[in-house]
Amino acid sequence: MANLALRNLVKTYGQTEVLHSISLDVEDGEFVVFVGPSGCGKSTTLRLIAGLEEVSSGAIMIGDREVNNLEPKERDIAMVFQNYAIYPHMTVKKNIAFGLRSSKASKVDKEARIQEVAGILDMVELLDRKPSQLSGGQRQRVAIGRAMVRDPAVFLFDEPLSNLDAQLRTQMRLEIKKLHQRVGNTIVFVTHDQVEAMTMADRIVVMKDGHIQQVGTPEEVYHSPANSFVARFIGAPSMNLLPAELSAEGLTLAGKVLDAGRWAASPVGKVLLGVRPNDLYIDEIRPLFEGRVSLREPLGSETLIYVETEHGEVIARADGRMPPEVGATIGLGARTEDLHLFDAASGVSLS
Amino acid sequence: MSSAEAVRATSSALLDKKFAPANRNMAQTLRWLVLFAGGVLMVMPIAYMISTSLKWPHEVYNVNLIPDEPTLDNYLFVLEDGRFYMWFINSGIIATLTTISNLLFDSLVGYTLCKFRFPGRTLVFVAILSTLMIPTEMLVIPWYLMSQSFGWLDSYWGIMFPGLMTGFGTFLMKQFFESVPDDFIEAARIDGLNELQIWWTVAMPLVKPALAALAIFVFLGNWTAFLWPLIVTNSTEMYTIPVGLSGFGDEADVAWELIMTGAAISTIPTLIVFLIFQRFIIRGVVMAGLKG
Repeated sequence: MANLALRNLVKTYGQTEVLHSISLDVEDGEFVVFVGPSGCGKSTTLRLIAGLEEVSSGAIMIGDREVNNLEPKERDIAMVFQNYAIYPHMTVKKNIAFGLRSSKASKVDKEARIQEVAGILDMVELLDRKPSQLSGGQRQRVAIGRAMVRDPAVFLFDEPLSNLDAQLRTQMRLEIKKLHQRVGNTIVFVTHDQVEAMTMADRIVVMKDGHIQQVGTPEEVYHSPANSFVARFIGAPSMNLLPAELSAEGLTLAGKVLDAGRWAASPVGKVLLGVRPNDLYIDEIRPLFEGRVSLREPLGSETLIYVETEHGEVIARADGRMPPEVGATIGLGARTEDLHLFDAASGVSLS
Repeated sequence: MSSAEAVRATSSALLDKKFAPANRNMAQTLRWLVLFAGGVLMVMPIAYMISTSLKWPHEVYNVNLIPDEPTLDNYLFVLEDGRFYMWFINSGIIATLTTISNLLFDSLVGYTLCKFRFPGRTLVFVAILSTLMIPTEMLVIPWYLMSQSFGWLDSYWGIMFPGLMTGFGTFLMKQFFESVPDDFIEAARIDGLNELQIWWTVAMPLVKPALAALAIFVFLGNWTAFLWPLIVTNSTEMYTIPVGLSGFGDEADVAWELIMTGAAISTIPTLIVFLIFQRFIIRGVVMAGLKG
């Protein structure tokens, strides 16, 4: 096991720079999730760590070794791929044993290790099957087994759950998290699914356009987003962002002036007011804004309501048993501490 | 096989649309007729080959399919003539070695062209492809001159060298390697295999159907090759079956019954090769269907 460090990592394809000087420190045993929309550079970063792509400039450190110029096999890493990449012509056992090919351990030790891994992943009775006889979840477990068997310093997961159906995905998410608690290796996990990121990570790295937007625990990223992109990307449904203006008088939201509160000292100018749907509540007495309910999405315990306001559409959560009718005019309020302000031009948080 | 399938596909597509359900029987009959005609066309030469091999010389030029006085004398003659075994072994060695060579080297080059990015890759591929456009007849003279100056005339190596690797085989294998996901190769790379090991233990097993198809093509092609073996060999001991068979008879009289007998016997190995490798082809198709 070891820590992992990225130092000013740059990747270019021809003239195009796709990763712009990324730096990050991953602690030994930490579970770090890279999340972002497609094309944000998260998979490229993972492939650079794996050694499947060459670094254009900067350095990758695993433990205290710089691994830039090492072959993948010399980096002490293992990787789980999105489409499993387990070999269809080999049995489960051979697939798992494949990870041990270059190991110098004795045959007995190897066999014991395979059995141990199969035990941990609950696959002992599947060892003699071919991949075509396995379900998607089982195949993914084989892929994880092949990675585990080598006990690498760093585990790399490249969107391993995106080929699974929703129910299985939730189950595997839990299994991987449990596995991490049990074996404690450093894990770098790439996904485009913010729920996966939130539920699994010790720390989340939010990426966009080849830049790291924010690094933090799931709570930090959710409650104190560094900018409007992170604010909208993390959390479902997305945070509502409404145009407003910060001036000496206070915070002006569509003609209504509110107390600037903790932003009184912030520079004046155009801003975006952010508020999460579940921080909005129906408030007819002192509403932050009013609007007409245009759509309801019942989720059981709660109902999402889409409200057309003069600032645009706003999503709010309402009680699942007594949601307002479609067409009704309602007022919505929020606590001041649940509001976020972002600079309108740069998107940077003013909190 | 493929032409029959094509006929069936086209005819069924055409007939199904044109005829109402009431005319299904009619459509079915027509379909069978088309298939039957195709089948007859395929089988006739083989039937005549076997028929002629069972005829006496005086009956050879009669077109009747069933010989008046069937005889196995031709088979006895050919099998008792020691030369036939010699040619059989020559053909066997040449076709087998050439097949192994093609399976190894065509796939090695195909794999490299498919999975590696290097300067001049396209150029190399186009150069290999362009060899497909040069007819053998044009090549035999340079081949002959080359064999002569290297001292390869009238030897196994001389017969085999032009076909040890083929542009077609390289192209075929490259196309099949396209279907092997890069993730498999990258996973193996992370697992610590070198590139040659990846090719052999990961990529090759995944293209078995293609290897089987290539094996059939190459083996049959070399087993039945005539022009080049005829040119490059001088001594009877180095003849291959087709070259040797063509020598039955003389200028005045071609012994068709003996040629056909030899041909009939020589189809046996090709049938065996086909039966062995077609299983892999079918299994390959089934595997692809399961999306393993």
